[in-house]
Amino acid sequence: MAGIYIHIPFCKQACHYCDFHFSTSLKKKDELLQALIQELVLRKGELKNISVETIYFGGGTPSLLSINELKLLIDSVFKNYTVVENPEITLEANPDDLITVQGQSKTIFEEYKSIGINRLSIGIQSFFERDLKLMNRAHNAHEAKDCLTLATKYFDNISVDLIYGIPGLTNNEWIENIDTVLAFNIPHISCYALTVEPKTALESFIKKGLIDNVDDDLAQEQFNILVDKLEANGFVNYELSNFGKSNYFSKNNSAYWQGKPYLGIGPSAHSFNGDQRSWNVSNNTKYIKSIQLNELPREVEILSKTDKFNEYIMTGLRTIWGVSLEKVEENFGITYKNHLLQQAEIYIKEQLLYIEKDNLLTTKKGKFLSDGIASNLFKINLI
Amino acid sequence: MKNIRNFCIIAHIDHGKSTLADRLLDFTGSVTAREKQDQLLDSMDLERERGITIKSHAIQMDYEYEGEKYILNLIDTPGHVDFSYEVSRSIAACEGALLIVDAAQSIQAQTISNLYLALENDLEIIPVLNKVDLPSANPEEVTDDIVDLLGCNPEEVIHASGKTGFGVDNILEAIIKRVPAPKGDPDAPLQALIFDSVYNTFRGIETYFRVFNGEIKKGQHIKFVATNKDYYADEVGTLKLTQVAKQSVKTGDVGYLITGIKTAKEVKVGDTITDYAKPTTNIVEGFEDVKPMVFAGIYPVDTEDYEELRASMEKLQLNDASLVFSPESSAALGFGFRCGFLGMLHMEIIQERLEREFDMTVITTVPNVSYHAYTNKNPDEAFVVNNPSDLPEPSTVNRVEEPYIKATIITKADFVGNVMSLCIEKRGIITNQTYLTPERVELTFEMPLAEIVFDFYDRLKTVSKGYASFDYHPIGMKPSKLVRLDILLNAQPVDALSALIHADNAQFIGRKMCEKLKELIPRQQFDIPIQAAIGAKIISRETIKALRKDVTAKCYGGDISRKRKLLEKQKKGKKRMRQVGNVEIPQQAFMAVLKLND
Ligand SMILES: Nc1nc2c(ncn2[C@@H]2O[C@H](COP(=O)(O)OP(=O)(O)OP(=O)(O)O)[C@@H](O)[C@H]2O)c(=O)[nH]1
Ligand SMILES: C[S@@+](CC[C@H](N)C(=O)[O-])C[C@H]1O[C@@H](n2cnc3c(N)ncnc32)[C@H](O)[C@@H]1O
Ligand code: SF4
Ligand SMILES: [Mg+2]
Repeated sequence: MAGIYIHIPFCKQACHYCDFHFSTSLKKKDELLQALIQELVLRKGELKNISVETIYFGGGTPSLLSINELKLLIDSVFKNYTVVENPEITLEANPDDLITVQGQSKTIFEEYKSIGINRLSIGIQSFFERDLKLMNRAHNAHEAKDCLTLATKYFDNISVDLIYGIPGLTNNEWIENIDTVLAFNIPHISCYALTVEPKTALESFIKKGLIDNVDDDLAQEQFNILVDKLEANGFVNYELSNFGKSNYFSKNNSAYWQGKPYLGIGPSAHSFNGDQRSWNVSNNTKYIKSIQLNELPREVEILSKTDKFNEYIMTGLRTIWGVSLEKVEENFGITYKNHLLQQAEIYIKEQLLYIEKDNLLTTKKGKFLSDGIASNLFKINLI
Repeated sequence: MKNIRNFCIIAHIDHGKSTLADRLLDFTGSVTAREKQDQLLDSMDLERERGITIKSHAIQMDYEYEGEKYILNLIDTPGHVDFSYEVSRSIAACEGALLIVDAAQSIQAQTISNLYLALENDLEIIPVLNKVDLPSANPEEVTDDIVDLLGCNPEEVIHASGKTGFGVDNILEAIIKRVPAPKGDPDAPLQALIFDSVYNTFRGIETYFRVFNGEIKKGQHIKFVATNKDYYADEVGTLKLTQVAKQSVKTGDVGYLITGIKTAKEVKVGDTITDYAKPTTNIVEGFEDVKPMVFAGIYPVDTEDYEELRASMEKLQLNDASLVFSPESSAALGFGFRCGFLGMLHMEIIQERLEREFDMTVITTVPNVSYHAYTNKNPDEAFVVNNPSDLPEPSTVNRVEEPYIKATIITKADFVGNVMSLCIEKRGIITNQTYLTPERVELTFEMPLAEIVFDFYDRLKTVSKGYASFDYHPIGMKPSKLVRLDILLNAQPVDALSALIHADNAQFIGRKMCEKLKELIPRQQFDIPIQAAIGAKIISRETIKALRKDVTAKCYGGDISRKRKLLEKQKKGKKRMRQVGNVEIPQQAFMAVLKLND
C-alpha cells in the first residue's frame, strides 16, 4: 500500500508564517499541470507492485485548481497506477475558495465529490479577524465559519487546520476556536503551534519588534487545553498535531509517521520508498524544464540503518503507536534496542516516557518535548 | 668573535619588542620584501592571532658598520608575566639587552622585573624609548622615568619607533658600540649553554645554544653534562630566518644543533654541551626548573579520546617544556590529566593549542594552586594538594598552607584607591606604596596566589580602566583556611566542579557558582536542581527549569529528513558537552567559577 502526494505550488497570497513552496503568480499554471501529469507517467515504475491507497492534493493551495484540472490529475493517477477501490482522496482547500460561487448548477462541493474527492482539509487557522490579519490569510472570520456551514452539508470526512500560540491569542479565545470547530461536528482536526520559520515575513516582523515573539509557555498551555478538550469530545490525539475520531485518522499523513512508502509529485514534493528519500526542486520553472526533458529534478538520499532508526524514533514518539521495541530489535538488532532503553531510562524516570505493551511512548508531559527527547535517543555514527 | 653581539629585547607586554625586531631585521636586510610580515618572529599562529609573544625567538643578522662586518644575534622575548622564565633563559645567552619602554605607557611592572633579571646577569642595558610616533607619546617625561630607573644619562636613551623605523640605525650603532663582544677561548674545550629547544616534526628536537668556549663542529661527538648523555652533532648551524647549516659554530656565537633527539626531556634548558672526549671543566650555571603555579584537570570531551589526548599532550610538551601533567581520574569526567601551568594565560594557551594543533576538544576544570596540607597524624610532613579531591577529610587535617606572592602593581594615582580595595578584597596586605611620578604609583602587596586565579586580571583591568600593570613572584607558604566547595547537579555531586577556596569566600562563591551554572547549563526536558555544598552542608541552591516546548508542530513527509538532520546535529552538538549523570554540562561551565563577575 502506498500514497501519492501531489503538490500544487500556487497561492493567492503569502501567509506571513508560511515556508512551504508556492508561487503567487499563476502564469505557469498550465505548464506546471502538464509537468505534474508527465511526472506521474515518468514515475509509474516506482510503484509497480504496490497499490495506491490514498491520493492527497496538498500545497500551496490545491483549491485554486478548477474541477477539470483536478480531474485531469486524478485520471492520470488512475491511468498509470494501480489504485485500490475507494481510495482516500484528500484536497487541501482554503476557505475563500470554497465560498465563491464557481459552477452554476452544482456547488463546488458536489463537483469535488463528482470527481472522487472524498476528504477535505480546510485551512481555517482561526476564527478571529485579528489573527487572520496578523497571519495575512486570504479569508476573513465570516468566511471561516460560512465555509464550514456549507462544507459539512456535503462532506462528512472533513479536517480543519487551526493554529495556536499566535501572539495575542488568549487561552479563552483559543477555547472559543476549538468550540467553534466542535460545534460543526468535524471528525478530524489538525492543530499546529505557530512556528517562526526562518526567512518568513513573520520572522522579520518579530525581529523588528512589530509582532511579539511566540511564547513557548503559552503554546504549551494552549496545547494542554487542546488535548484535554478534544479528548473529552471523543478525539484521539494520534499524532502530536493531529486529532481524529476513530476511523477518521488521516490515512495519508499516517503513512509519513508509520514509515509507509509515498510518492511525492510536483515541485518540492518528497518521496519515500522504504530505503531512500528524494525530493524535487522547490522551483516551478526548474521543475517544469526538467520534466519537459523527461528528467526527474530530484535529489536522492539513501538511508542508512542508523538514519532509519533515528527517523523511526523521531516519528514514532509523536504518535500513539509509539516506538515498538519489538520492531526495533527486529529491524535494527539488539544493540540498537539496548541503546534505546539505556538512553530512555532518565526520561522514564522523569515521567516523560513510559513503556506499555513493549512500546515506548511519550507521556502527556513528554509529548510537547518529543523532539528534544528523540534527539537524545538518537544513535550517532561519527563518520 | 670581536664582531659578534648577542642581545635580547626585553620589555613590558605590548611595548613593541616584536615590532622593533621586525625593523631591525628590515634594516639589516635579514628578510626579503617577500618574507616580510608584521611581528615576523611570532611564528606560532596563536601568537600572530593574539598579537603576543609566547616563546622567545632567536635570529641572526649580518650588519656592516663603519666598514666592518658584524654578526648580531637577537633574541625576542615575551612580555607576559606567565612567561618570564623565557626571558631569564634568553638573558643567560646574551651580553646586552634592549630595554624597550613604550613612550605613552612608560615604565610598567614587567619593565622593572625584566630589567632586574638582566642586571642580575650583568647585561649591558640599552634603554629604548619606543613608539615615539604615537600622538599620545610623552617622550620627555618617560625619558625622565627611564633615567630615574636606570640611573643613566638622558642621552643614552634612544628614541625610536617600531612603526616608522625611526631610530633603528641608532639602536644598531648602540648595540655595536655598547654591548660587549663575547669573551671566551676559541681553543678551550667546547662549552655551550642550551637556552631553548624547539620541536620539529621532521627533524626531532632542535637545540638552541650559545657557545662560550671552543667550538661545536658538525659530526662532533658531544655530551650534555646534566643529563650525561652523548650524541653526534648531525647538523649545526646558525639561526637566520631559516636555519643555515655550517661546518661549525664558533666561540661567542649562537646556533642550533640537531642530534636526532626525539624527546624534549633529554634537552634541559640551562644544561651545558661539551666535547665527549675532552669535556670542559667550566660548567655554565644552570637555571632552576620552572615551577608550575596553577593546576587544573584537562579531560577529553569524548572519553574515548583519552589516549589521543595523552599523545597530544606529550607532543605539546616537546615544544613547551614548562607544561607538566600526570594522569588523574574523575567520577564525572573519566580519565584525564592534572596539568601544571605557569599561570592563567599559559593555561588558556595550552587549551587553545590542543584544539588548534591537535584538534582535541578538552574540558578544563576549575584551576587551583598547590596547597600543603598537614594531617593530625603527620603534623610535620607536608602533603601536596594539587587537586580538590586530594584535600584530606577536614577532621583529619591539622592545618593547611597556601602559596603567597609578592605582587607589584603600577597604576595611575587616580586608581590607587580602587586597586587597593581590590587587593584587600583578595586578601592582600599592602607592603609598599611608591610614587614613581606624581601620577604613577607602584603598589606592593603580599597576597595569596590563589586569589589571582579567580578573576583577578579582569577585575584589575576594570577597576583601573586598563591602567594597571601587574607582576608577581612567589614568596613561600602561609597558613590558610581552606575548604572544598562541592557542586551537586540533580542531587549528584560532580567532582569536576569542586573548587578549593578560602572559607571566608565560600558563601559568596557558592551562591555565584549556582547562579552561573544556571545560566550556562542549557535547560533540559526536566528540572535540574543545582546545589553548592561544603561537606554535608548545602550553602546555596538554584533550579534550572525544564523546557516547556521542545518539538515542532508540523511533520509532513517533506519535513522528516530535514528534521532528522536537525535533531542529529543537536545531538552531535551535545558531544561538546559532558553528560554527567543526567545533566549535560557545556565545557565552559567547568570554568564558571573563574568568570563569576561577568
Ligand atoms: N604606533 C606604534 N605602535 C607600535 C609600535 N611598536 C609596536 N606597536 C604596536 O603595539 C602593539 C604591540 O606590539 P608588539 O611588537 O607585538 O609588542 P611586544 O612587546 O612584542 O608584545 P609581547 O611580545 O606580547 O610582550 C602592536 O599593535 C603594534 O602594532 C610603534 O613604534 N608605534
Ligand atoms: C502547508 S499548509 C497548506 C494548506 C493550505 N494552503 C492552507 O494554508 O490552508 C498546511 C497547514 O500547515 C500549517 N502551517 C503552515 N505553516 C505553519 C507555521 N509556520 N506554523 C504553524 N502552522 C503552519 C497551517 O495550519 C496550514 O493550514
Ligand atoms: S499557509 Fe497555505 S495558503 Fe498560506 S501561504 Fe502557506 S500554503 Fe499558501
Ligand atoms: Mg612580542
